[in-house]
Amino acid sequence: MANKVLVFIEQRNGVIKKASLEAAKSGSDLADKIGTVSEAVLIGSDVDNAGLLGGYGIKKVVHFKNSELGNYSSSAYADLFAEYANESGADYFIFSNTSMGKDLAPKIAVKLDAGIIVDAVNLDIDGENIIAARPVYAGKAILNVKINSAKKIFTLRPNVFAAGEASDSIAEVEIREVNSPNLSTKVIDIKKSEGKLDVAEADVIVSGGRGLKGPEHFNLIEDLADALGAAVGASRAVVDAGWRSHGEQVGQTGKTVSPTLYIACGISGAIQHLAGMRSSKYIVAINKDKEAPIFQVADYGIAGDVFEILPALTEEIKKIKG
Amino acid sequence: MKIAVCVSHVPDTASKISVGSDGKTIDPNGVTFIVNPYDEFAIEEALKFKESKGEGEVVVISVGPDANKETLRKALAMGADSGVLLKDDNYRDSMSVAKALAVQIKEMDARLVFFGKQSVDYDNSIVGQLTAELLGYNCISVVVDLKIEGDKITAEREIEGGREVVETSFPVVITTQKGLNEPRYASLKGIMAAKKKTIEEKPAAENINLIEVVQMKKPAAKQPGKIIGTDSSAVPELVRLLKEEAKVI
Repeated sequence: MANKVLVFIEQRNGVIKKASLEAAKSGSDLADKIGTVSEAVLIGSDVDNAGLLGGYGIKKVVHFKNSELGNYSSSAYADLFAEYANESGADYFIFSNTSMGKDLAPKIAVKLDAGIIVDAVNLDIDGENIIAARPVYAGKAILNVKINSAKKIFTLRPNVFAAGEASDSIAEVEIREVNSPNLSTKVIDIKKSEGKLDVAEADVIVSGGRGLKGPEHFNLIEDLADALGAAVGASRAVVDAGWRSHGEQVGQTGKTVSPTLYIACGISGAIQHLAGMRSSKYIVAINKDKEAPIFQVADYGIAGDVFEILPALTEEIKKIKG
Repeated sequence: MKIAVCVSHVPDTASKISVGSDGKTIDPNGVTFIVNPYDEFAIEEALKFKESKGEGEVVVISVGPDANKETLRKALAMGADSGVLLKDDNYRDSMSVAKALAVQIKEMDARLVFFGKQSVDYDNSIVGQLTAELLGYNCISVVVDLKIEGDKITAEREIEGGREVVETSFPVVITTQKGLNEPRYASLKGIMAAKKKTIEEKPAAENINLIEVVQMKKPAAKQPGKIIGTDSSAVPELVRLLKEEAKVI
Protein backbone atom coordinates (compact mmCIF):
# COMPACT_ATOMS: atom_id res chain seq x y z
CA MET A 1 0.00 0.00 0.00
CA ALA A 2 1.20 3.44 -0.88
CA ASN A 3 1.76 5.83 1.99
CA LYS A 4 -1.17 7.88 3.20
CA VAL A 5 -2.71 11.09 1.91
CA LEU A 6 -2.95 13.85 4.51
CA VAL A 7 -5.33 16.78 4.00
CA PHE A 8 -5.08 20.10 5.84
CA ILE A 9 -8.51 21.29 6.96
CA GLU A 10 -8.98 25.02 7.42
CA GLN A 11 -11.45 26.45 9.91
CA ARG A 12 -12.47 29.99 10.66
CA ASN A 13 -14.48 30.64 13.83
CA GLY A 14 -14.75 26.91 14.35
CA VAL A 15 -16.42 26.31 11.01
CA ILE A 16 -14.72 24.20 8.34
CA LYS A 17 -14.29 26.06 5.07
CA LYS A 18 -15.94 24.93 1.85
CA ALA A 19 -12.56 24.85 0.08
CA SER A 20 -11.42 22.30 2.68
CA LEU A 21 -14.32 19.99 1.80
CA GLU A 22 -13.11 20.15 -1.80
CA ALA A 23 -9.59 19.33 -0.61
CA ALA A 24 -10.91 16.44 1.54
CA LYS A 25 -12.81 14.94 -1.39
CA SER A 26 -9.89 15.34 -3.81
CA GLY A 27 -7.47 13.88 -1.25
CA SER A 28 -9.75 10.90 -0.70
CA ASP A 29 -10.18 10.34 -4.45
CA LEU A 30 -6.40 10.42 -4.81
CA ALA A 31 -6.05 7.91 -1.96
CA ASP A 32 -8.56 5.57 -3.64
CA LYS A 33 -6.73 5.72 -6.94
CA ILE A 34 -3.29 4.97 -5.48
CA GLY A 35 -4.62 2.39 -3.04
CA THR A 36 -4.25 4.06 0.32
CA VAL A 37 -6.34 6.03 2.82
CA SER A 38 -6.78 9.71 3.49
CA GLU A 39 -6.57 11.40 6.86
CA ALA A 40 -6.96 15.02 7.87
CA VAL A 41 -5.30 17.47 10.21
CA LEU A 42 -7.47 20.16 11.75
CA ILE A 43 -6.00 22.87 13.97
CA GLY A 44 -8.12 25.17 16.09
CA SER A 45 -10.08 25.69 19.25
CA ASP A 46 -13.62 24.26 19.29
CA VAL A 47 -14.62 23.00 15.86
CA ASP A 48 -18.08 21.75 14.92
CA ASN A 49 -18.73 18.41 13.27
CA ALA A 50 -15.21 17.39 12.25
CA GLY A 51 -16.50 13.83 11.96
CA LEU A 52 -18.59 14.85 8.95
CA LEU A 53 -15.35 14.96 6.94
CA GLY A 54 -15.94 11.19 6.75
CA GLY A 55 -18.67 12.05 4.26
CA TYR A 56 -15.94 13.29 1.93
CA GLY A 57 -13.88 10.13 2.30
CA ILE A 58 -11.61 11.05 5.24
CA LYS A 59 -10.97 8.05 7.53
CA LYS A 60 -9.49 9.87 10.49
CA VAL A 61 -9.24 13.48 11.64
CA VAL A 62 -6.53 14.58 14.04
CA HIS A 63 -7.70 17.76 15.76
CA PHE A 64 -4.92 19.74 17.46
CA LYS A 65 -6.77 21.78 20.02
CA ASN A 66 -5.89 24.82 22.10
CA SER A 67 -7.89 27.96 22.86
CA GLU A 68 -5.00 30.02 21.41
CA LEU A 69 -5.21 28.22 18.06
CA GLY A 70 -8.65 29.46 16.97
CA ASN A 71 -6.94 32.08 14.83
CA TYR A 72 -4.13 31.21 12.46
CA SER A 73 -0.56 31.08 13.70
CA SER A 74 1.84 30.13 10.91
CA SER A 75 4.50 28.99 13.38
CA ALA A 76 2.22 26.78 15.48
CA TYR A 77 0.19 25.40 12.57
CA ALA A 78 3.36 24.47 10.64
CA ASP A 79 4.89 22.70 13.66
CA LEU A 80 1.72 20.72 14.44
CA PHE A 81 0.97 19.70 10.87
CA ALA A 82 4.58 18.56 10.38
CA GLU A 83 4.44 16.62 13.65
CA TYR A 84 1.52 14.50 12.46
CA ALA A 85 2.87 14.31 8.90
CA ASN A 86 6.01 12.64 10.22
CA GLU A 87 4.16 10.40 12.65
CA SER A 88 1.67 9.17 10.04
CA GLY A 89 4.34 8.53 7.41
CA ALA A 90 2.12 10.19 4.78
CA ASP A 91 3.65 10.96 1.39
CA TYR A 92 0.88 13.05 -0.19
CA PHE A 93 -0.34 16.34 1.24
CA ILE A 94 -3.32 18.34 0.05
CA PHE A 95 -4.03 21.98 0.94
CA SER A 96 -6.47 24.53 -0.41
CA ASN A 97 -4.86 27.39 -2.25
CA THR A 98 -6.43 29.94 0.11
CA SER A 99 -4.64 32.77 1.88
CA MET A 100 -3.94 30.35 4.75
CA GLY A 101 -3.00 27.41 2.53
CA LYS A 102 -0.59 29.49 0.46
CA ASP A 103 1.10 30.75 3.62
CA LEU A 104 1.31 27.40 5.38
CA ALA A 105 2.02 24.81 2.67
CA PRO A 106 5.49 26.15 1.69
CA LYS A 107 6.63 26.04 5.33
CA ILE A 108 5.58 22.40 5.46
CA ALA A 109 7.44 21.74 2.20
CA VAL A 110 10.70 22.85 3.85
CA LYS A 111 10.03 20.93 7.07
CA LEU A 112 9.29 17.69 5.17
CA ASP A 113 11.72 18.16 2.28
CA ALA A 114 8.75 17.83 -0.04
CA GLY A 115 8.24 19.13 -3.56
CA ILE A 116 5.37 21.59 -3.76
CA ILE A 117 2.96 22.49 -6.57
CA VAL A 118 0.58 25.36 -5.84
CA ASP A 119 -2.72 26.43 -7.36
CA ALA A 120 -3.44 23.17 -9.18
CA VAL A 121 -6.65 23.13 -11.24
CA ASN A 122 -6.41 19.46 -12.21
CA LEU A 123 -4.67 16.36 -10.89
CA ASP A 124 -4.19 13.62 -13.44
CA ILE A 125 -3.42 10.44 -11.57
CA ASP A 126 -1.73 7.63 -13.45
CA GLY A 127 -0.60 4.99 -10.98
CA GLU A 128 1.56 6.83 -8.48
CA ASN A 129 2.50 9.43 -11.05
CA ILE A 130 0.53 12.64 -10.61
CA ILE A 131 0.56 15.33 -13.28
CA ALA A 132 -0.84 18.60 -11.99
CA ALA A 133 -2.08 21.35 -14.28
CA ARG A 134 -1.67 24.89 -13.06
CA PRO A 135 -2.29 28.23 -14.71
CA VAL A 136 0.80 30.45 -15.09
CA TYR A 137 1.11 34.02 -16.37
CA ALA A 138 -2.32 34.51 -14.72
CA GLY A 139 -3.86 31.89 -16.96
CA LYS A 140 -2.31 32.95 -20.26
CA ALA A 141 -0.65 29.52 -20.25
CA ILE A 142 -1.11 26.19 -18.48
CA LEU A 143 1.83 24.29 -17.04
CA ASN A 144 1.72 20.53 -16.56
CA VAL A 145 4.10 19.63 -13.77
CA LYS A 146 5.09 16.68 -11.62
CA ILE A 147 7.03 16.23 -8.42
CA ASN A 148 10.22 14.17 -8.34
CA SER A 149 10.51 13.69 -4.59
CA ALA A 150 8.97 11.04 -2.35
CA LYS A 151 6.86 13.57 -0.45
CA LYS A 152 4.51 15.66 -2.52
CA ILE A 153 2.43 18.71 -1.63
CA PHE A 154 -0.39 20.06 -3.77
CA THR A 155 -2.48 23.15 -3.10
CA LEU A 156 -5.79 23.15 -4.97
CA ARG A 157 -7.48 26.22 -6.40
CA PRO A 158 -10.81 26.76 -4.59
CA ASN A 159 -14.06 26.36 -6.56
CA VAL A 160 -12.45 24.08 -9.15
CA PHE A 161 -12.48 20.61 -7.54
CA ALA A 162 -16.02 19.51 -6.66
CA ALA A 163 -16.69 18.42 -3.08
CA GLY A 164 -19.91 16.73 -4.23
CA GLU A 165 -22.61 15.43 -1.88
CA ALA A 166 -21.38 14.09 1.45
CA SER A 167 -22.06 10.43 2.19
CA ASP A 168 -23.21 9.59 5.72
CA SER A 169 -19.86 8.09 6.79
CA ILE A 170 -18.40 9.59 9.93
CA ALA A 171 -14.64 9.94 10.39
CA GLU A 172 -12.87 8.97 13.61
CA VAL A 173 -11.88 12.21 15.36
CA GLU A 174 -8.83 12.16 17.61
CA ILE A 175 -8.49 15.28 19.73
CA ARG A 176 -4.98 16.19 20.84
CA GLU A 177 -4.77 18.93 23.43
CA VAL A 178 -1.76 21.13 22.65
CA ASN A 179 0.31 22.53 25.49
CA SER A 180 2.15 25.80 24.85
CA PRO A 181 1.98 26.04 21.05
CA ASN A 182 4.75 27.95 19.24
CA LEU A 183 3.10 31.34 18.78
CA SER A 184 6.14 33.26 17.51
CA THR A 185 3.96 34.46 14.61
CA LYS A 186 0.35 34.89 15.57
CA VAL A 187 -2.88 36.49 14.38
CA ILE A 188 -4.07 38.83 17.12
CA ASP A 189 -7.13 40.25 15.38
CA ILE A 190 -9.22 39.92 12.22
CA LYS A 191 -10.66 42.97 10.49
CA LYS A 192 -13.57 42.04 8.28
CA SER A 193 -14.39 44.07 5.21
CA GLU A 194 -17.92 45.44 5.58
CA GLY A 195 -19.81 42.15 5.41
CA LYS A 196 -19.14 41.79 1.69
CA LEU A 197 -18.41 38.57 -0.13
CA ASP A 198 -14.85 38.24 -1.40
CA VAL A 199 -14.28 37.69 -5.13
CA ALA A 200 -11.78 34.94 -4.35
CA GLU A 201 -14.49 32.83 -2.70
CA ALA A 202 -17.63 33.82 -4.54
CA ASP A 203 -19.64 31.52 -6.75
CA VAL A 204 -21.04 34.46 -8.70
CA ILE A 205 -19.20 37.72 -9.43
CA VAL A 206 -20.52 40.94 -10.96
CA SER A 207 -17.63 43.14 -12.10
CA GLY A 208 -17.59 46.73 -13.27
CA GLY A 209 -15.13 48.63 -15.42
CA ARG A 210 -14.55 52.03 -16.95
CA GLY A 211 -17.86 51.80 -18.82
CA LEU A 212 -19.55 52.74 -15.51
CA LYS A 213 -18.08 56.22 -16.05
CA GLY A 214 -17.55 56.98 -12.36
CA PRO A 215 -17.53 55.46 -8.86
CA GLU A 216 -20.97 56.92 -8.16
CA HIS A 217 -22.48 54.49 -10.67
CA PHE A 218 -21.19 51.34 -8.99
CA ASN A 219 -24.51 51.09 -7.16
CA LEU A 220 -25.76 49.51 -10.42
CA ILE A 221 -23.18 46.75 -9.97
CA GLU A 222 -23.89 46.40 -6.25
CA ASP A 223 -27.65 46.14 -6.82
CA LEU A 224 -27.24 43.32 -9.33
CA ALA A 225 -24.71 41.60 -7.06
CA ASP A 226 -27.16 41.84 -4.12
CA ALA A 227 -29.97 40.38 -6.21
CA LEU A 228 -27.74 37.44 -7.20
CA GLY A 229 -26.01 37.00 -3.84
CA ALA A 230 -22.80 37.74 -5.73
CA ALA A 231 -19.49 39.43 -4.93
CA VAL A 232 -18.53 42.75 -6.53
CA GLY A 233 -15.41 42.76 -8.69
CA ALA A 234 -13.60 45.52 -10.55
CA SER A 235 -11.21 45.97 -13.45
CA ARG A 236 -7.69 47.25 -12.90
CA ALA A 237 -8.54 50.55 -14.62
CA VAL A 238 -11.16 51.47 -12.03
CA VAL A 239 -9.01 50.30 -9.11
CA ASP A 240 -6.06 52.35 -10.37
CA ALA A 241 -8.42 55.32 -10.76
CA GLY A 242 -9.32 54.94 -7.09
CA TRP A 243 -13.00 54.13 -7.71
CA ARG A 244 -12.83 50.73 -5.98
CA SER A 245 -10.49 49.02 -3.53
CA HIS A 246 -7.75 46.65 -4.64
CA GLY A 247 -9.40 43.76 -2.81
CA GLU A 248 -12.02 43.72 -5.58
CA GLN A 249 -9.57 43.74 -8.50
CA VAL A 250 -9.84 40.79 -10.86
CA GLY A 251 -6.93 40.13 -13.20
CA GLN A 252 -3.23 39.51 -13.35
CA THR A 253 -2.23 41.99 -10.62
CA GLY A 254 -5.44 41.36 -8.71
CA LYS A 255 -7.20 38.09 -8.03
CA THR A 256 -7.55 35.18 -10.39
CA VAL A 257 -11.07 33.83 -10.05
CA SER A 258 -13.05 30.81 -11.25
CA PRO A 259 -16.67 31.38 -10.25
CA THR A 260 -19.64 29.56 -11.76
CA LEU A 261 -20.93 32.82 -13.22
CA TYR A 262 -18.96 35.97 -14.04
CA ILE A 263 -20.83 39.04 -15.28
CA ALA A 264 -18.54 41.70 -16.78
CA CYS A 265 -20.20 45.12 -17.09
CA GLY A 266 -18.57 47.98 -18.95
CA ILE A 267 -15.30 46.01 -19.10
CA SER A 268 -13.62 45.89 -22.49
CA GLY A 269 -11.40 42.94 -21.56
CA ALA A 270 -7.74 43.97 -21.40
CA ILE A 271 -5.47 40.92 -21.69
CA GLN A 272 -4.56 41.04 -18.01
CA HIS A 273 -8.24 41.09 -17.00
CA LEU A 274 -9.14 38.18 -19.28
CA ALA A 275 -6.26 36.22 -17.80
CA GLY A 276 -7.79 36.53 -14.33
CA MET A 277 -11.35 35.44 -15.15
CA ARG A 278 -11.37 33.35 -18.30
CA SER A 279 -11.59 30.08 -16.35
CA SER A 280 -15.03 31.08 -14.99
CA LYS A 281 -17.63 28.46 -15.96
CA TYR A 282 -20.04 30.93 -17.56
CA ILE A 283 -19.22 34.46 -18.61
CA VAL A 284 -21.72 37.19 -19.44
CA ALA A 285 -20.51 40.43 -21.01
CA ILE A 286 -22.43 43.68 -21.17
CA ASN A 287 -20.57 46.32 -23.13
CA LYS A 288 -21.40 49.04 -25.63
CA ASP A 289 -18.62 48.13 -28.06
CA LYS A 290 -19.49 44.86 -29.77
CA GLU A 291 -15.86 44.52 -30.92
CA ALA A 292 -14.57 44.53 -27.33
CA PRO A 293 -12.30 41.54 -26.56
CA ILE A 294 -14.51 40.55 -23.60
CA PHE A 295 -17.04 39.13 -26.09
CA GLN A 296 -14.37 36.67 -27.29
CA VAL A 297 -14.50 34.84 -23.96
CA ALA A 298 -18.17 35.46 -23.10
CA ASP A 299 -20.81 32.74 -23.39
CA TYR A 300 -23.59 35.32 -23.58
CA GLY A 301 -23.34 38.97 -24.43
CA ILE A 302 -25.46 42.06 -24.73
CA ALA A 303 -23.75 44.71 -26.85
CA GLY A 304 -25.48 47.69 -25.31
CA ASP A 305 -25.55 50.41 -22.69
CA VAL A 306 -24.84 49.23 -19.11
CA PHE A 307 -26.89 52.13 -17.72
CA GLU A 308 -29.99 50.83 -19.46
CA ILE A 309 -29.37 47.08 -19.19
CA LEU A 310 -28.17 46.68 -15.60
CA PRO A 311 -31.35 48.01 -13.88
CA ALA A 312 -33.49 45.82 -16.17
CA LEU A 313 -31.35 42.76 -15.43
CA THR A 314 -31.49 43.41 -11.68
CA GLU A 315 -35.31 43.64 -11.85
CA GLU A 316 -35.55 40.43 -13.87
CA ILE A 317 -33.30 38.55 -11.43
CA LYS A 318 -35.32 39.82 -8.46
CA LYS A 319 -38.46 38.46 -10.13
CA ILE A 320 -37.14 34.92 -10.45
CA LYS A 321 -35.39 34.93 -7.08
CA GLY A 322 -38.64 36.14 -5.54
CA MET B 1 21.62 46.87 9.43
CA LYS B 2 21.26 45.16 6.09
CA ILE B 3 17.83 44.92 4.50
CA ALA B 4 17.42 42.44 1.66
CA VAL B 5 14.87 42.78 -1.13
CA CYS B 6 14.43 39.81 -3.47
CA VAL B 7 13.24 40.74 -6.94
CA SER B 8 12.34 39.00 -10.16
CA HIS B 9 12.41 40.01 -13.77
CA VAL B 10 9.14 39.13 -15.51
CA PRO B 11 7.14 39.71 -18.71
CA ASP B 12 5.02 42.87 -18.67
CA THR B 13 1.44 41.98 -17.72
CA ALA B 14 0.25 43.46 -21.02
CA SER B 15 2.36 40.89 -22.95
CA LYS B 16 0.89 38.19 -25.10
CA ILE B 17 2.33 34.87 -24.03
CA SER B 18 3.14 32.11 -26.48
CA VAL B 19 4.75 28.76 -25.83
CA GLY B 20 8.39 28.40 -26.88
CA SER B 21 9.79 25.73 -29.19
CA ASP B 22 10.82 23.56 -26.23
CA GLY B 23 7.13 23.24 -25.28
CA LYS B 24 8.05 23.95 -21.64
CA THR B 25 8.76 27.68 -21.38
CA ILE B 26 7.48 30.84 -23.03
CA ASP B 27 8.78 32.26 -26.28
CA PRO B 28 10.57 35.44 -25.12
CA ASN B 29 10.54 37.03 -28.60
CA GLY B 30 8.71 40.33 -28.59
CA VAL B 31 8.10 40.18 -24.82
CA THR B 32 9.06 43.22 -22.73
CA PHE B 33 10.46 42.36 -19.31
CA ILE B 34 9.85 44.53 -16.25
CA VAL B 35 10.42 44.60 -12.50
CA ASN B 36 7.83 42.21 -11.05
CA PRO B 37 4.99 44.62 -10.06
CA TYR B 38 4.65 43.27 -6.50
CA ASP B 39 8.42 43.65 -5.96
CA GLU B 40 8.09 47.43 -6.37
CA PHE B 41 6.14 47.50 -3.10
CA ALA B 42 8.92 45.45 -1.49
CA ILE B 43 11.63 47.87 -2.69
CA GLU B 44 9.60 50.90 -1.56
CA GLU B 45 8.95 49.44 1.89
CA ALA B 46 12.66 48.66 2.38
CA LEU B 47 13.63 52.20 1.35
CA LYS B 48 10.99 53.69 3.67
CA PHE B 49 12.28 51.62 6.58
CA LYS B 50 15.86 52.70 5.94
CA GLU B 51 14.79 56.36 5.70
CA SER B 52 12.80 56.17 8.94
CA LYS B 53 15.84 54.73 10.75
CA GLY B 54 18.28 57.13 9.10
CA GLU B 55 20.67 54.22 8.60
CA GLY B 56 20.96 50.82 6.98
CA GLU B 57 21.77 49.35 3.62
CA VAL B 58 19.21 48.08 1.12
CA VAL B 59 20.54 45.21 -1.00
CA VAL B 60 18.47 43.88 -3.91
CA ILE B 61 18.98 40.25 -4.92
CA SER B 62 17.80 38.35 -7.97
CA VAL B 63 18.28 34.78 -9.17
CA GLY B 64 18.52 34.22 -12.90
CA PRO B 65 20.34 35.14 -16.10
CA ASP B 66 22.22 38.35 -16.96
CA ALA B 67 18.99 39.99 -18.14
CA ASN B 68 17.88 40.25 -14.48
CA LYS B 69 20.50 42.97 -14.01
CA GLU B 70 18.08 45.32 -15.76
CA THR B 71 15.60 44.87 -12.93
CA LEU B 72 18.34 45.16 -10.29
CA ARG B 73 19.46 48.40 -11.93
CA LYS B 74 15.90 49.79 -11.74
CA ALA B 75 15.78 48.99 -8.02
CA LEU B 76 19.12 50.79 -7.59
CA ALA B 77 17.66 53.79 -9.45
CA MET B 78 14.75 53.85 -6.99
CA GLY B 79 17.34 54.13 -4.20
CA ALA B 80 18.61 50.68 -3.22
CA ASP B 81 22.31 50.71 -2.29
CA SER B 82 23.67 47.66 -4.10
CA GLY B 83 22.65 44.56 -5.98
CA VAL B 84 23.52 40.87 -6.10
CA LEU B 85 22.85 38.67 -9.12
CA LEU B 86 22.86 34.97 -8.30
CA LYS B 87 23.51 33.70 -11.79
CA ASP B 88 21.75 30.76 -13.34
CA ASP B 89 20.57 30.50 -16.94
CA ASN B 90 18.43 27.44 -16.30
CA TYR B 91 14.88 26.90 -15.07
CA ARG B 92 14.55 26.72 -11.30
CA ASP B 93 11.54 25.72 -9.28
CA SER B 94 10.50 27.85 -6.29
CA MET B 95 12.41 25.76 -3.75
CA SER B 96 15.58 25.97 -5.79
CA VAL B 97 15.25 29.77 -6.08
CA ALA B 98 14.58 29.99 -2.33
CA LYS B 99 17.66 27.89 -1.53
CA ALA B 100 19.91 30.18 -3.57
CA LEU B 101 18.42 33.26 -1.88
CA ALA B 102 18.70 31.76 1.61
CA VAL B 103 22.43 31.13 1.16
CA GLN B 104 22.98 34.74 0.12
CA ILE B 105 20.77 36.26 2.85
CA LYS B 106 22.51 34.21 5.52
CA GLU B 107 25.93 35.22 4.25
CA MET B 108 25.08 38.92 4.35
CA ASP B 109 23.20 38.52 7.64
CA ALA B 110 20.09 40.49 6.66
CA ARG B 111 17.45 40.12 9.37
CA LEU B 112 14.73 42.04 7.53
CA VAL B 113 13.85 40.63 4.11
CA PHE B 114 11.21 41.77 1.63
CA PHE B 115 9.69 39.93 -1.33
CA GLY B 116 6.78 40.77 -3.64
CA LYS B 117 3.93 38.43 -2.70
CA GLN B 118 4.22 36.62 -6.02
CA SER B 119 5.94 36.83 -9.36
CA VAL B 120 3.54 37.40 -12.21
CA ASP B 121 5.27 34.79 -14.37
CA TYR B 122 4.95 31.43 -12.61
CA ASP B 123 2.48 32.83 -10.05
CA ASN B 124 3.75 30.53 -7.32
CA SER B 125 3.49 32.99 -4.42
CA ILE B 126 5.65 30.81 -2.15
CA VAL B 127 9.31 31.79 -2.59
CA GLY B 128 9.20 34.25 0.33
CA GLN B 129 7.70 31.69 2.71
CA LEU B 130 10.11 28.96 1.56
CA THR B 131 13.11 31.26 2.05
CA ALA B 132 11.92 32.24 5.52
CA GLU B 133 11.51 28.64 6.58
CA LEU B 134 14.92 27.65 5.14
CA LEU B 135 16.49 30.46 7.19
CA GLY B 136 14.41 29.79 10.29
CA TYR B 137 12.98 33.33 10.04
CA ASN B 138 9.46 34.41 10.94
CA CYS B 139 7.28 35.23 7.97
CA ILE B 140 4.20 37.25 7.17
CA SER B 141 2.88 37.03 3.62
CA VAL B 142 0.59 39.24 1.51
CA VAL B 143 1.13 42.31 3.71
CA VAL B 144 -0.88 45.50 3.13
CA ASP B 145 0.13 47.38 6.30
CA LEU B 146 3.36 47.16 8.28
CA LYS B 147 4.54 48.68 11.55
CA ILE B 148 7.96 48.01 13.02
CA GLU B 149 8.57 49.31 16.56
CA GLY B 150 11.79 48.11 18.14
CA ASP B 151 11.73 44.33 17.85
CA LYS B 152 7.97 44.17 17.51
CA ILE B 153 6.49 43.71 14.06
CA THR B 154 2.77 44.15 13.43
CA ALA B 155 1.41 43.57 9.96
CA GLU B 156 -1.95 43.30 8.31
CA ARG B 157 -2.22 40.59 5.70
CA GLU B 158 -4.99 40.25 3.16
CA ILE B 159 -7.26 37.23 3.56
CA GLU B 160 -10.62 36.27 2.04
CA GLY B 161 -13.11 38.91 3.08
CA GLY B 162 -10.80 40.95 5.31
CA ARG B 163 -7.41 41.27 6.95
CA GLU B 164 -5.52 39.38 9.64
CA VAL B 165 -3.50 41.47 12.08
CA VAL B 166 -0.32 39.47 12.72
CA GLU B 167 2.37 39.96 15.34
CA THR B 168 5.90 38.64 15.17
CA SER B 169 9.52 39.64 15.72
CA PHE B 170 12.91 39.72 13.96
CA PRO B 171 14.38 38.11 11.94
CA VAL B 172 11.53 38.25 9.49
CA VAL B 173 10.49 37.86 5.86
CA ILE B 174 7.65 40.10 4.65
CA THR B 175 5.93 39.53 1.31
CA THR B 176 4.23 42.65 -0.03
CA GLN B 177 0.84 43.20 -1.65
CA LYS B 178 -0.55 46.15 -3.60
CA GLY B 179 -1.94 48.73 -1.17
CA LEU B 180 1.04 48.64 1.22
CA ASN B 181 2.58 51.81 -0.23
CA GLU B 182 2.95 53.88 -3.39
CA PRO B 183 6.27 52.89 -5.01
CA ARG B 184 8.35 55.93 -5.96
CA TYR B 185 9.48 56.62 -9.49
CA ALA B 186 13.20 56.65 -10.13
CA SER B 187 14.39 60.25 -10.47
CA LEU B 188 16.88 61.26 -13.13
CA LYS B 189 19.40 61.74 -10.33
CA GLY B 190 18.59 58.24 -9.09
CA ILE B 191 19.07 56.76 -12.54
CA MET B 192 22.46 58.47 -12.88
CA ALA B 193 23.51 57.37 -9.40
CA ALA B 194 22.46 53.78 -10.12
CA LYS B 195 25.07 53.55 -12.87
CA LYS B 196 27.80 53.90 -10.27
CA LYS B 197 26.36 51.40 -7.81
CA THR B 198 27.71 47.87 -7.80
CA ILE B 199 25.98 44.68 -8.80
CA GLU B 200 27.92 41.73 -7.49
CA GLU B 201 27.67 38.61 -9.64
CA LYS B 202 28.16 35.09 -8.42
CA PRO B 203 26.87 31.65 -9.27
CA ALA B 204 23.60 30.72 -7.56
CA ALA B 205 23.74 27.81 -5.12
CA GLU B 206 23.25 24.36 -6.58
CA ASN B 207 20.11 23.89 -8.66
CA ILE B 208 18.15 20.83 -7.51
CA ASN B 209 14.63 21.00 -8.87
CA LEU B 210 11.99 18.82 -7.26
CA ILE B 211 9.40 20.03 -9.74
CA GLU B 212 9.64 18.93 -13.35
CA VAL B 213 7.83 20.76 -16.12
CA VAL B 214 6.20 18.21 -18.38
CA GLN B 215 4.56 20.60 -20.79
CA MET B 216 3.44 24.21 -21.21
CA LYS B 217 0.40 24.84 -23.33
CA LYS B 218 -2.09 27.55 -24.15
CA PRO B 219 -5.42 27.33 -22.33
CA ALA B 220 -8.17 25.74 -24.40
CA ALA B 221 -9.59 28.45 -26.64
CA LYS B 222 -13.07 29.41 -25.61
CA GLN B 223 -15.71 29.48 -28.35
CA PRO B 224 -17.08 33.01 -28.41
CA GLY B 225 -20.72 32.83 -27.38
CA LYS B 226 -23.70 34.59 -28.73
CA ILE B 227 -24.57 38.25 -28.61
CA ILE B 228 -28.20 38.15 -27.65
CA GLY B 229 -29.12 41.76 -28.29
CA THR B 230 -28.16 45.40 -28.03
CA ASP B 231 -30.54 46.77 -25.39
CA SER B 232 -32.63 45.84 -22.37
CA SER B 233 -35.13 43.93 -24.52
CA ALA B 234 -32.52 41.13 -24.55
CA VAL B 235 -32.58 40.82 -20.74
CA PRO B 236 -35.43 38.26 -20.42
CA GLU B 237 -33.68 36.03 -22.98
CA LEU B 238 -30.37 36.35 -21.13
CA VAL B 239 -32.00 35.37 -17.85
CA ARG B 240 -33.76 32.43 -19.52
CA LEU B 241 -30.43 31.16 -20.93
CA LEU B 242 -28.70 31.51 -17.58
CA LYS B 243 -31.54 29.65 -15.91
CA GLU B 244 -32.36 26.93 -18.43
CA GLU B 245 -29.25 26.42 -20.59
CA ALA B 246 -26.38 27.25 -18.21
CA LYS B 247 -28.41 26.43 -15.08
CA VAL B 248 -26.39 28.88 -13.01
CA ILE B 249 -29.15 31.00 -11.47
